[in-house]
Amino acid sequence: MPGLGIYVLKRFGQAVLILLGITLITYILLFLLPADPARQIAGRSATAQTVENIREQLGLNLPFYEQYLRYLASLLQGDLGRSYIQKSEVTELILSRLPATLLLMAGAIFCELLIGLPAGMLAAVKRGKAADNAVMILSFIGVSAPQFVVGILLLYVFAVLLGWFPIGGYGTFWHLVLPALTLGLLGGGWYSRMMRSSMLDVLRQDYIRTARAKGARQARVLLVHALRNAILPIIAMIGLDIGIFMSGVVVVESVFGWPGIGQLAWQAIQRVDIPIIMGVTLVAACFIVIGNLLADIIAPFVDPRIELR
Amino acid sequence: MKKLLAALAVTTFLFAPATLTTSHADEIKQGGSMIVTYKDDVSTLDPAIGYDWQNWSMIKSLFNGLMDYKPGTTELVPDLAESMDIAADGLTYVFKLHKGVKFHNGREMTADDVKYSIERTVNPKTQSPGAGFFGMIAGFEEMTASKTESLSGIEVVDPHTIKFTLSRPDATFLHVLAINFSFVVPKEEVEKWGTDFGKHPVGTGAYTMDEWTLGQRVVFKRNADYYRKGLPKMDQITFEVGQEPLVALLRLQRGEVDILGDGIPPAKFLEVKNNPEYAKMIVEGGQLHTGYVTMNVKMKPFDNKKVRQAVNMAINKDRVVRIINGRAVPANQPLPPAMPGYDKSYKGYAYDPAKAKALLAEAGFADGFETELYAMNTDPNPRIAQAIQQDLAAIGIKAEIKSLAQSTVIDAGGKEDQAPMIWSGGMAWIADFPDPSNFYGPILGCGGAVSGGWNWAWYCNKDLDGQATAADGMTDPAKAAERIDKWRSIFVNIMDEAPWAPVFNEQRFTMHAERLGGPDAIFVDPVHIPVHYDTVYAKDAQ
Repeated sequence: MPGLGIYVLKRFGQAVLILLGITLITYILLFLLPADPARQIAGRSATAQTVENIREQLGLNLPFYEQYLRYLASLLQGDLGRSYIQKSEVTELILSRLPATLLLMAGAIFCELLIGLPAGMLAAVKRGKAADNAVMILSFIGVSAPQFVVGILLLYVFAVLLGWFPIGGYGTFWHLVLPALTLGLLGGGWYSRMMRSSMLDVLRQDYIRTARAKGARQARVLLVHALRNAILPIIAMIGLDIGIFMSGVVVVESVFGWPGIGQLAWQAIQRVDIPIIMGVTLVAACFIVIGNLLADIIAPFVDPRIELR
Repeated sequence: MKKLLAALAVTTFLFAPATLTTSHADEIKQGGSMIVTYKDDVSTLDPAIGYDWQNWSMIKSLFNGLMDYKPGTTELVPDLAESMDIAADGLTYVFKLHKGVKFHNGREMTADDVKYSIERTVNPKTQSPGAGFFGMIAGFEEMTASKTESLSGIEVVDPHTIKFTLSRPDATFLHVLAINFSFVVPKEEVEKWGTDFGKHPVGTGAYTMDEWTLGQRVVFKRNADYYRKGLPKMDQITFEVGQEPLVALLRLQRGEVDILGDGIPPAKFLEVKNNPEYAKMIVEGGQLHTGYVTMNVKMKPFDNKKVRQAVNMAINKDRVVRIINGRAVPANQPLPPAMPGYDKSYKGYAYDPAKAKALLAEAGFADGFETELYAMNTDPNPRIAQAIQQDLAAIGIKAEIKSLAQSTVIDAGGKEDQAPMIWSGGMAWIADFPDPSNFYGPILGCGGAVSGGWNWAWYCNKDLDGQATAADGMTDPAKAAERIDKWRSIFVNIMDEAPWAPVFNEQRFTMHAERLGGPDAIFVDPVHIPVHYDTVYAKDAQ
């Protein structure tokens, strides 16, 4: 892949611009919020003098562009600032939550594929038959069901009533099952629909007919000949999912008490903890950009006809 | 100097936990552990910085101040102070400290640490939200203005004696020495950890910090060296964070956790409360809280006293209390019933729409008027605002509800001409310490009626301010009751002017596992909110 280096470099340049734009927009939005961080830190019993001191120490009395440039400058040194409410370094807060988010992401994508791929293939093969209809109806339910409904339902049935899994929390494999399954059921709906249509496209093509004419068995046709091409859009989708899951699955993380980035973001938003909101937004944007890039880079390895430009 | 040495105080202090229950309290064995759940991450445990109701009581278990309260009550007792002398003019306080009190790092706590800790809080560099509480100590102004690095009003007499000189007599001073911001920290540890001291707290308290996994749990271990023998009761407390209240409730019902730090989730409240199975697990108690509607006296037509009184009569408080499933009691004055100075005999403005309408007409608004009612946008506040809106509509006042984020409402309240009416729910005053003065200065006094202040009614009565200052000047403990009487009359006088319509006082409902023991009062402690962790014991360790 000779062009890969240049391609990545080019995309990387684009990514930096995108991220810069995101910091600017987020910063403006949060700046416009009628919440005064100095008063937030100072608390309700503070004197006007205390509030003024804090404002000065944090540079909140400076004009907007100066505050923004300061923020960028510390960002370049990897410093995301210090939380107003949690009183910790934002970098530390985010890093402490990365493992949980990574684990949930891996578990969720695994479940999505485990549910979505076979279901989609089944529907494509049995097109128009009862199995196809069943898959399509179930996937429709999966796609449209709200996360918190599915999450609470699973939690109630399998953890509270049956006691098979712990009621929320983090730590063991058993803690992971229900949140991953919640995301997997919902995402699996998308994957099965995508897999079905992509598979139908592929199955119509000449080389499949050729394979069949050679006498290849159904399983071989599907798994060896068709799957490789049909899976392309799925790979792109996984790339997007990495971005989405890494930016935090707020609802599922809240329902299951999963200590990931989504929960951090949700707590920060509720308490208007601006540095954390900024930090999480930026990290999420990074992962979305990286996820997209990954999907694009992997594509030509699966399908050599795709060229990176 | 008048010797008050408070032999009484010392005895109550020594036997505080014992007097609270019965004589067998001392026989309660130490041991066992408990799990407390919270939705939000624990923020800093630095006593100079921490100021939310989640870390408030946790800090009290890690650190000590010169003063504290008898568990489950609002009664002041000495803590690190062994005895005290208060000068007759109320301007000098001398405390003798307990000997042999050790920090968790093994070093003995001395008077130098007390001085250092309070100066650290007042120092503007610390950015402490509690700096303002120490305004009565001589030298406060100079230090706040960064002219000095120490408070001239704090003098270390010897390692176990400390002397405070005040710039004005202030009866709340002992309360201030019981507030977290005055708690004693070891200088060497603060300097070692810098801004991260709040994540590595080292104090003299009943518990020591054992483990802190961000976003997951905080674990306290029993301080085996604690200077008060027999305390704390538990070997270990685990605070599990990131737990939605609903999930936490399910876990409590299954016996996996012991205390719901965030309380019973509103959606499940009635179901749980009416279930006889849980009767032994739920404790109800008063809270130093009042929910009120402020009326900006600087904005028309609320500059008219009759209009404000009419609003007071128009609100059906019983209905508002029903809206929140009875988790409160109707209020008729600014002070909550659990606060010293609450006037039991005061009747307030009874609910009477007809009379309210007549008053409005007298004020020249027979056809009513249009106004705005600000409220915080999280449940149940919009619903409460709607109920108030309907009540006001019944007497002809058309109030448009502005349901906004908390910080936005607070900001609007702090501007002189922005919010005519505010429903205080979700932002309302919960006392920092159990003294009536804490319900006056910032929220009803002239000092709070400034830009960015908390006196959202912008009510400023110089005469009452003078009475308040006089009341707080009565530092002689023998006159404590007289002082409280003075405060009682101040608040009744305020109600004549009606800058607020007090609506309700929230009740607290703590749900805990049956395996936890201790008098009910410590589970709804008015100061150690939500629970007095040091005195809770495990029945299964007995």
